[in-house]
Amino acid sequence: MQKWICDVCGYVYEPGAGDPDNGVSPGTAWEDIPADWVCPVCGAPKSDFSLIG
Amino acid sequence: MDDVFRAVKVTDRVYWVGAVDWRLRHFHGYLTARGTTYNAYLVLADKMTLIDTVKAPFKKEMLDRIASIVDPKEIKYIVSNHSEMDHSGCLPDLMASLKPEKVFASMMGVKALKEHFHLDGVTRVKDGETLSLGNASLVFAETKMIHWPDSMFAYLPEDQLLFSQDGFGMHLASSERFDDEIDSSLLEYEGAKYFANIILPYAPLVTKLLERVAGLKWNMKFIAPDHGPVWRKDVDKILGLYAKWAAQKPAKKAVVAYDTMWQSTAMMARAISEGLEAGGLAVKVMPLDVCHRSDVMTELLCAGAFVVGSPTMNNQVYPTVADLLTYVRGLKPKNLVGAAFGSYGWSGEAIPQIIDVLKAMKVDVVADGLRVLYVPDEAVLVQCRALGADVAEKVRSNVG
Repeated sequence: MQKWICDVCGYVYEPGAGDPDNGVSPGTAWEDIPADWVCPVCGAPKSDFSLIG
Repeated sequence: MDDVFRAVKVTDRVYWVGAVDWRLRHFHGYLTARGTTYNAYLVLADKMTLIDTVKAPFKKEMLDRIASIVDPKEIKYIVSNHSEMDHSGCLPDLMASLKPEKVFASMMGVKALKEHFHLDGVTRVKDGETLSLGNASLVFAETKMIHWPDSMFAYLPEDQLLFSQDGFGMHLASSERFDDEIDSSLLEYEGAKYFANIILPYAPLVTKLLERVAGLKWNMKFIAPDHGPVWRKDVDKILGLYAKWAAQKPAKKAVVAYDTMWQSTAMMARAISEGLEAGGLAVKVMPLDVCHRSDVMTELLCAGAFVVGSPTMNNQVYPTVADLLTYVRGLKPKNLVGAAFGSYGWSGEAIPQIIDVLKAMKVDVVADGLRVLYVPDEAVLVQCRALGADVAEKVRSNVG
């Protein structure tokens, strides 16, 4: 599964880790994260993330 | 009421009600040699509004300044543009004692204030939202990561005044409150130091923000930051400087930062700096036993080369140099040429360790590092001078 980086603050979303504090369980692929999820560090929306592979 | 501390008029409806900290010399790793101010502002509108507060120990100074023009209990709104405690320090206390109708912050600000002070009751404002104060208004613009996730600007269109929290600010204690009252080269120096040590990692976001603000067509007659003087005469100057500093174009200048145990690394530093100078660069040699990391960073802001010297002590980079490297890499300076040098006694690991850090910083590293066993002789010093000349040549070709 692919990793995505927040263009605003540099936080990297790793599917293996998920973002459980904000309702995204480990193992969730980027595409399956709800559209209203935001970067847990800086609050940027999904549209501000870039694929890093 | 105490008459000692007074509010200072910025416009008919905006007053400075902050605090001056003449004693401050250390601010999380930054040497604030000239102290600082914590700026808070009162907007005299139908809904009396306080923009930011001050560091907690200065609460009385702020409240006295407010009281010199109005009863603090008349404050209806408090806006928190930035959650860091030098600005939010009095917020919990004021919420309890003044009982304002509303306290506003960005979405990340609401979260950060909860995580700092464990308080509720802060209302979220959205990016672009307008808040009516009755006979005035505030328009909010989120400035995420300049320099915290919670950071936002608030623009007062009726006075063409931007409340910019840490943006465009500087650590400078003064009796003067406005840019036209203070020597412009001092403002440029302290403004640059602030940018280099606080804002620099977010330089690409600053560039985008300046474009966005230009697009919003906010006329700015005043920029009122949370540290240092209010800009009213030279708003275009500080905006232009931010654009320049954010662009990080390399310049014909080298910073040689080093420490030394028995002067050998120091001798190498001098020889390298002679080569840099002969190669056409301005040079700042900064021995780390007497130069502060935040002053090294200020010199790096508009430089083209970062040359780092260290002895090896107990197989490690010398501690002051390691401190500097940790600090500098976090601030993410770009477009630098670099090199490493130093004297060693038996294992000499410092040089490759420094080069690893420089490479991780995307510094364009010249050569594999110059090491000498114990004391350099003239031949080694000539090599040092040549290394300086090589670095200078690369910088000159980068600057074009």
